[in-house]
Amino acid sequence: MLVVVLLLLCAPFAAALVSLRAPARIAQAVTAVTGVACFGLVLALVPAASHHDLAYLSYLRIDAVSVVFLLATSFLYGAVAVYSIGYLARSRDADPGFSRYCRRFYAGLNLFAWTMLAAPMMSNLALLWIAVEVTTVLSALLVAIEDTDGAAEAAWKYILIASAGLGLALLATIFAYYAGAQVLGTHYDLSFGPLLQAGGRLPHTPVRLAFVLAVLGFGTKMGLVPVHTWLPDAHSEAPTPVSALLSGSLLAVSFYAILRYYQVAVAALGPRFPRDVLLAFGVASLLLAALYLFDQRDVKRLLAYSSVEHMGILAIGVSFGVPIALAGVLLHVLAHAAAKGNAFMGAGVLVRKFGGKRISAIGGGLDLLPWSGPLFGIAVLALCAMPPFGIFRSEFEIVQGGFAASSNAAAAVLIVLVTVAFLGLSITVNRMLLVSRADGQAAALSRGEPSTWMVVPVVAGVVALLVLGVHPPAELTGLLTRAVHQLGAAA
Amino acid sequence: MSAVAAPSVYAGGASVIAVGVLLAEFGMFRQALLRDQVRLYAAQSALISVLAVLVAAARHLPELYVLGALSAGLKVVIVPVVLRRLLRGIGRDGADPDAGPGWTEIAGSGSLSLASTVLLAIAVAAFGFFAVGAMGIHSPVLPPIALSISVSVALVAFVLMIMRRDVASQAIGFLAMENGISLTALVVAAGMPLILEVAFLFDLLVAVVVFELLIRVHHGRADSLSTADLTRLRG
Repeated sequence: MLVVVLLLLCAPFAAALVSLRAPARIAQAVTAVTGVACFGLVLALVPAASHHDLAYLSYLRIDAVSVVFLLATSFLYGAVAVYSIGYLARSRDADPGFSRYCRRFYAGLNLFAWTMLAAPMMSNLALLWIAVEVTTVLSALLVAIEDTDGAAEAAWKYILIASAGLGLALLATIFAYYAGAQVLGTHYDLSFGPLLQAGGRLPHTPVRLAFVLAVLGFGTKMGLVPVHTWLPDAHSEAPTPVSALLSGSLLAVSFYAILRYYQVAVAALGPRFPRDVLLAFGVASLLLAALYLFDQRDVKRLLAYSSVEHMGILAIGVSFGVPIALAGVLLHVLAHAAAKGNAFMGAGVLVRKFGGKRISAIGGGLDLLPWSGPLFGIAVLALCAMPPFGIFRSEFEIVQGGFAASSNAAAAVLIVLVTVAFLGLSITVNRMLLVSRADGQAAALSRGEPSTWMVVPVVAGVVALLVLGVHPPAELTGLLTRAVHQLGAAA
Repeated sequence: MSAVAAPSVYAGGASVIAVGVLLAEFGMFRQALLRDQVRLYAAQSALISVLAVLVAAARHLPELYVLGALSAGLKVVIVPVVLRRLLRGIGRDGADPDAGPGWTEIAGSGSLSLASTVLLAIAVAAFGFFAVGAMGIHSPVLPPIALSISVSVALVAFVLMIMRRDVASQAIGFLAMENGISLTALVVAAGMPLILEVAFLFDLLVAVVVFELLIRVHHGRADSLSTADLTRLRG
């Protein structure tokens, strides 16, 4: 297994180096192969991680929780690596600076995926923070890569707000060290395992402070209201493959960091305090996002607010705390990655076809795009938790957990707000897919797909959503059961 | 009347340095020129490095000598040099060629008047000071007042970032916040392994380079450092 882990840590970095030097075609091929291979490597980790924790070289620690997040990230990495071939195809002819853009794009994409794959493998809260911070600076550069006024504005807001948030997360790390050092001695190195074992002996005030700062700090990157303000800008202005990674993987990685602090907080303080904190942030996120979904004029901003909504659902799910809800949360991470990746990739095709992100300029997508139109519709239905897709199963489990935990009011609020979000999302998307636009420009568009490369990964995403929704494989169920046990073991 | 024991020279000196860090930050509010703001940042960083060396000597933590030296090298020398290089670039390409390097005027970039901003910052600093003081977190190496001040420094940096309406001051606000966090780390986590501290510093360097790059991108598009135009993305 060590070989698999080292390959996972080295391959994306090597692909980034190749992309910096090689011609565009080779960079595309290497990135696509690396992305798909990384997903295969993570799949190879699943059976081992379902039975025992893997620890290597004193700084790497992979348990079932880590592998769930690795699965989400590597799946999207592979999907967007293939999608990018089609995404960049048109600019090849149009833009004289294409090869420079391509080098920066692929190097950035690979490095970004590399840091997101590294973060859940870190055994140490300090290294976890560093990995998340590096994802910020790399993705800020990727947001700025489009060289438009909007991209420059979004990148600046993103790096300033996310860095300030991560400053708070660094304070959380320092207080976690302080708490650990009280029990484990001053030579404590912020390893996660010993901190969790110290559990109830940790001093309460620093742990409480560390947890709140971690939720606020990593929550900034996860997109929790009220510290989500960078998110719609960055998601809408970034190139579409990057938007998909930001939404499906980056937010999940930040959530992973919060989960680690949650485990420590539950072990030290008991479940009440951390769950109350997460419930407050979760309900605020879900409420605000559900309302914002009604008034969006930009298709990528629409999907960005849907991400805020789903992050709220994750926070609420954890706040329920019972095993079925935690299983739902972890499944939701996977299903959201597949569904949101699909939605962004589908939206990217619509944007390409209609020449803009404005919802009012998009219409009749179902007729004009024989594959991407229906696939985008399916992705949005999946995001709205329609059966038989994965999010239906995960949200069902979360709600079931809410009632099992006697959090009836919170579960009811969750159901109402998810329904509101469903209305907002589906009304707008119906307009884009079903209603034909009467003006001349849209009428002049011919039926057809811009690129097959932009369809293949979306089909893979639908298959993943169906598998997660209809019949998750036994290996995955075993992995989720163990991860739930790890998250709930401290409770 | 009960007599209060005077603090030791070490505790008194450490507290004075911590107060100096906070005062340097308040100084940043009134600086009208970007160049002076960078100088204040360098001075603030130098104070923290001195404090690290002081703790190393008084508490026999030799690793902190290394940390003090590295942090001085990075935050007193390299980061200010990077920022000055940025200012020179902007002075050359900027709208006002007579202004010269580093004379970028940012006086009018506050969104409140200076007096109101400082009052707000005092209120925020007091909140941080008393809130952390009430938590009763004791440091093994420094007087508890240093922890309260360090959190105030981080909070006041948020005021600086929020109130200034130009990208360079916002970046310096972020760096000042990082200084506040370094001070916190010195107070409650002085024994943290050196390798992690070095990793944090390296990470800061990467962040500074990316900040610089994005400031250049912004300046290239807007031809100014002001964030007044950054209002396109809403809702």
